[in-house]
Amino acid sequence: MAVLLGAVAYDSKVVTIWDGFRAWLRSSGLDFDYVLYSNYERQVRDLVDGRIDVAWNSPLAWVRARRLAAFRGVSLTPVTMRDTDCDLSSVIVVRSDSPITSVRDLAGRVVATGAVDSPQATLLPLSLLRSAGLVPGADVAVRRFDVGVGLHGDHVGGERDAARALFAAGAADRVDAACMIDSNLLLFGREGVLPAGSVRVLAQTPVYDHCTMTAGPSAAASAADSDGKAASAAAGDNSDISRFAALLRGMDYADADLRPLLDLEGLKEWRPPRLSGYEQLERAVDEAGFYDENGEITAAGYRP
Amino acid sequence: MPAAELTDLADLGLDDGGHLLVARALARIAPGERVTVSGRHPALRVHLAAWCREHGHRLADADEQADAGAQAGAGAHALVVVKGSAGDRRWLGAVRAGDAGGAPEERAEQTWGLAARGALVEAGGPPIGAPWSQREHVWADIAPRLYAAAAASQWDPATAVDWAAPLGAVPEEVEHAVVQIMTYLVENEQAALIIPARLLSQLHPHYREVMQLLATQAADEARHVEVFTRRALLSGGPLGTSSAGGRASLQTLLAEPDFTTASFLLSVLGEGTFVDLLRFIHDHAPDQVTADVTRLAVRDEARHVAFGVAHTAHLAASDRSYLGTLRTSVERRHATLLDTAGLNAEVFDSLVLLAAGSWSPEAIRRGWQQVRDLQERMDEGRRRRLAYIGFPDDEAAELSALHTRNFM
Repeated sequence: MAVLLGAVAYDSKVVTIWDGFRAWLRSSGLDFDYVLYSNYERQVRDLVDGRIDVAWNSPLAWVRARRLAAFRGVSLTPVTMRDTDCDLSSVIVVRSDSPITSVRDLAGRVVATGAVDSPQATLLPLSLLRSAGLVPGADVAVRRFDVGVGLHGDHVGGERDAARALFAAGAADRVDAACMIDSNLLLFGREGVLPAGSVRVLAQTPVYDHCTMTAGPSAAASAADSDGKAASAAAGDNSDISRFAALLRGMDYADADLRPLLDLEGLKEWRPPRLSGYEQLERAVDEAGFYDENGEITAAGYRP
Repeated sequence: MPAAELTDLADLGLDDGGHLLVARALARIAPGERVTVSGRHPALRVHLAAWCREHGHRLADADEQADAGAQAGAGAHALVVVKGSAGDRRWLGAVRAGDAGGAPEERAEQTWGLAARGALVEAGGPPIGAPWSQREHVWADIAPRLYAAAAASQWDPATAVDWAAPLGAVPEEVEHAVVQIMTYLVENEQAALIIPARLLSQLHPHYREVMQLLATQAADEARHVEVFTRRALLSGGPLGTSSAGGRASLQTLLAEPDFTTASFLLSVLGEGTFVDLLRFIHDHAPDQVTADVTRLAVRDEARHVAFGVAHTAHLAASDRSYLGTLRTSVERRHATLLDTAGLNAEVFDSLVLLAAGSWSPEAIRRGWQQVRDLQERMDEGRRRRLAYIGFPDDEAAELSALHTRNFM
């Protein structure tokens, strides 16, 4: 039995990363291969349908996969996550000289977000507005920057465009606030999109967790095939998935062959998975009507 | 656990260079130890959390943050950062690429790549794939001094030669002879430019003085190509001829794959012979420009010969059997050129006419004899250099006789 992973090609570097990891995993004795998807929705379906054994899921993809799997009565097992996936937060920023001093002050104003399916730059910040009593689209105008729809916000372009809109030359293009993940606030500051001192953090979400490597039902079924045991065996018991998880978590940043790949993938170490950081997003998805409770796409006009 | 260090950023943000101060404080402590970062930038907490995550550090837990925050003044943050191990792990397999101040290593590792000699080299990255990566194959102790001399002796073709000086009052054919010789020199200098450039591209940069010397050598030849071309065009006529045999002879040099044999054939035998040739042209120059360009070129060529001789002698001294390899290279080149004419006859005749200075039979006899004397001096010079490298006298004489008739 082999492990087949699905990953979303949000950038050409994904090929470099998984080619490199594949070579390393195979040299470590694991029969491993990967396929690339153009968007997370198809990857999630294929994971739950058993076409791939494990999916490198965005947090939103995890939420959908969990709902789809629960509806179908199949099991999913989180395998690992990056150190950089733990305890992130999103912020809503305004221009430093803005008269806006509280989230409530955004009533009647224009807020820029990332792509429709970005957890960090759209769904979670809009949930923050709702928690302050503002209904996006009604109390607050939302200007969405739909770059890389289907990539669940992995493409930074939408967030950057939202940040730029704070300082748009034309009054009609200018927004009053912009939403982004904390690391992009720092990035945009350092690259000059948001010059130092030009913006103020108006609000910040509680911390949440980001991507999670998720094993699907095929792993459990294969384990049953090879072992002759019941098909209900949890994927976590599957020896190849366990070995895959152990190999990832054993990747050492001191390894000169792995380090460039880890740098590209944006982590220093793979950590044990945790599911404590997704309640916020589950709530945001429900509020926005993005997926229904069975994992079907219900967001209006969302076509990856 | 109390924080070991306190770093105050005042109102500096991490989007404005503040991370340098944080990184500096973290560099002084071990993984697992703490630094308290204080500051008044409004987004310090957001920035610092994101920066720590990206760099493998973390903000301490809430209780610890609360203790630190309580000590910060109004409007100020005080945040405890716990150092991660990734930064240190990056350098675990790092090595020094030799000693910056000392002699180069006997063997330059391909994994050092383009790193400066003596730099701390992070493991990983592409190997440079430089075929010449052993000291004995490329080095000579005189290389640093020769490079320094070369760097100090670079001259500007525009000003080092008085291009406005009048041409000599010589018969038209003598001027034609000068043009033919210049045409031939350009061809040779082009070969002499390409060879060090090729060696340069295959040399491990750890041997930086040799790399620098080869670079100046290529730059020298570039100037020679320029001034000889300019002198050839000075009288307004077309350039002279290029013989098939002459070009064949030069091209055997380009095909030489080995660093030392290429250096040996080009510099020890070829450029060494050329030094005598350039001096001859200088001594018989009918005009100031011809005298100037050959004088300047001789000075450069002498350095090239010095490195070739020193390097070849260095290698032969450490491995006597290498003399056999050198001998074979001369014999192989001779065999390849056996069926070619060698020197362009028009070049040889031009040298005679240049030395004669006129068409009178007596002058031609004198010119002929002077070119014969030149060939003898060339042969003596080659034998002397071959003997210095380590060849017995009889073998040196034999090898010198096998040298190409094309001089270079």
